[in-house]
Amino acid sequence: MERTERPRQASIEQLLAAKEIVVACGSGGVGKTTTAAALAAMAAARHGGKVLVLTVDPARRLADALGVQALGNDARRVPAAAFADAGAPARGELWAAMLDTKQSWDDLVREHAPDRRTARRILDNKLYENIAGRFVQSHEYIAMERLYDLHNEGTYDLIVVDTPPTRNALDFLEAPERMAEFFSSKFLRVLTAPARSRVISIASRPFFTVADRVLGSQFLEDIAEFFSLFQTMAPGFVERARAVSRLLRDHRTTYVVVSTLEAAPLHEAEVFVDAITAKGFHLGAVVLNRVLPPYLLDERAGHAAGVLADDPSSAAAALANADGSGDEAQVARVLTEVAESFLRFQVVAQREAEQRSELSVATDVVVAVPYFETDICDLTGLLRLGEQIWT
Amino acid sequence: MSARWASAPRNPVGDLLDRKLLLVTGKGGVGKTTVAASLALLASQRGLRTLACEVDAKGDLAAVFETGPTSFAEREVQPRLWAMTMDTEASLKEYLALQLHLPVAARIGPLARMFDFVATAAPGVREILTIGKLAYEVRQGRYDLVVVDGAATGHVVGQLAAPQAINELVQVGLIREQTRWMLDILSDPGQTGMVIVATPDEMPVNETMELAARLRSETTVDLAAVVVNRVLPELFGRGEEEVFERLAAADQLPALNKAAGDDVGPIVDAARLAVTLRRTRAGHLERLRAGVDAGVPLLYVPYLFLRSHGLRATHQVSEALAAELGY
Repeated sequence: MERTERPRQASIEQLLAAKEIVVACGSGGVGKTTTAAALAAMAAARHGGKVLVLTVDPARRLADALGVQALGNDARRVPAAAFADAGAPARGELWAAMLDTKQSWDDLVREHAPDRRTARRILDNKLYENIAGRFVQSHEYIAMERLYDLHNEGTYDLIVVDTPPTRNALDFLEAPERMAEFFSSKFLRVLTAPARSRVISIASRPFFTVADRVLGSQFLEDIAEFFSLFQTMAPGFVERARAVSRLLRDHRTTYVVVSTLEAAPLHEAEVFVDAITAKGFHLGAVVLNRVLPPYLLDERAGHAAGVLADDPSSAAAALANADGSGDEAQVARVLTEVAESFLRFQVVAQREAEQRSELSVATDVVVAVPYFETDICDLTGLLRLGEQIWT
Repeated sequence: MSARWASAPRNPVGDLLDRKLLLVTGKGGVGKTTVAASLALLASQRGLRTLACEVDAKGDLAAVFETGPTSFAEREVQPRLWAMTMDTEASLKEYLALQLHLPVAARIGPLARMFDFVATAAPGVREILTIGKLAYEVRQGRYDLVVVDGAATGHVVGQLAAPQAINELVQVGLIREQTRWMLDILSDPGQTGMVIVATPDEMPVNETMELAARLRSETTVDLAAVVVNRVLPELFGRGEEEVFERLAAADQLPALNKAAGDDVGPIVDAARLAVTLRRTRAGHLERLRAGVDAGVPLLYVPYLFLRSHGLRATHQVSEALAAELGY
């Protein structure tokens, strides 16, 4: 790939040395969790200090490797021996935690409810049960909220956080603001107004008339009751949401966009890159996973493959003469297959190179991780991935 | 193409396109939208009036059909093929207009926004507006087939469970009565089928097996097929790999370089890569076959070595699916 001549000093290594929070984002299925874990493992191994990786939904074998298979929000340390076994004694400590959405929500309610009785009523509300996993992008919000909490504890030098798969790439960046907006919404005031005053509100009358018919008045009462309970937490919640929002914009926080070069994830990554930049967040790097190896771009090999594919018989004859053992027709077939396979891969590799250079306009650090033959399921694999993108 | 596709034993599945509603799902990045679009394209080419609906408004469907932005109002993007994007607010407006006989032109914007706010907390309201619109189109019968580029595997069960959840939470009201016929359509394997898209990689295969199990235990929706996307070709036939290794051995390389007129090192490396990728993924394919009911067909779509995504890829996937379906 063509590179501009100016010295490129920026690297993942420097980025991780300079920041306190790294948010790995991108669409589902691009290796986001694995990349986040690899970044954290490398930082612990090379830079030292206490490094935490907060994962959302790790593959089981990866979770086992990190020792976070047990549900719950408690961080666990990856044993130092694991690094030694992987051939990379760590200078620092690697800790891992998994996000438990339900547990985190419950904690948040207990913290912000005005009293224990109200907290109990919220937690027991049947709508709460249903929404703990979905309310106002609750999954996205709670991930950022947990991040804030962990950062505030002051226990870790670096926190790498994996983000939940979102329907919309921007959901979690905006989740704290949405949460604050929710509590100041005029709809919330209308819905939680005492039933008597509803009758006289001209603005909301059509809604209640229609909602009564469609949803039934009982369901509407349930919703109103739940919202009323929830509203009691407004002061603490709003303040917290603003603090979370500030942390996401802080200069100590950086974003690493993870993607593959498949059409849909790449499109989403581009949207992400644009949004992060436009909204004034710090875009640290783009990590591209499962990229075809650079040797596929070799022009001379492309030429040789063309020769073999066009006239495999001559080549086979020459080889058979040299070797004397082979079946000439079979050798010709093998040469054809190998040459055509190379040319097919080259088409894709060329497309990928083009896509990478387009992305490098957005940030200095665009790193590519080649296809690994095997899935990454232990610390050794994570460190191997990390090595690829470190400098 | 000299490559051979290894086929797993499978049942004839000519009836896939005889259903009325195909819900396509899959883990992110497996090519879910392309497969949904290709199924829709195939159906339309076989003479069916087909509606393709994108549930997440990301514009991916427009991209694979290489057409302008799609919206809630469907638009014919290919002969007999209409495309639309789900929009729960528009769906609500349509619903209110139909059910309450509000004139379409009535100012229901504020009303719809109020509902939208309730939907941030009330479980299932958004989902029911999505499922409801799809089921409505099936019931109206304006199309022979509705193909849905649905929610990702992690979200789809929640979406499908919405009619049931509403049914339990809402004791009275119009919507409760309507969940009944929606459930009837969703639960009828003659009408509705789920299609899970996977690639032969660890996580997509795991999620496919988990979803297949959850569909059985938590929903009444029938799993119609699993589409395995990006299956790499078997590079060598019987005995050929040995021939290749002999040719590529260090002492033989100079002869090979000479015969090709240039350095073939990258070609040899690429061949080894192709063999390795195919081999490691074969294990995941075996796990997948063992992990879903034997009666559920696995349809293989080859890895496409294309310079771009878009309509060209959609056509090729559609052709591959046609071959797998025995058309």
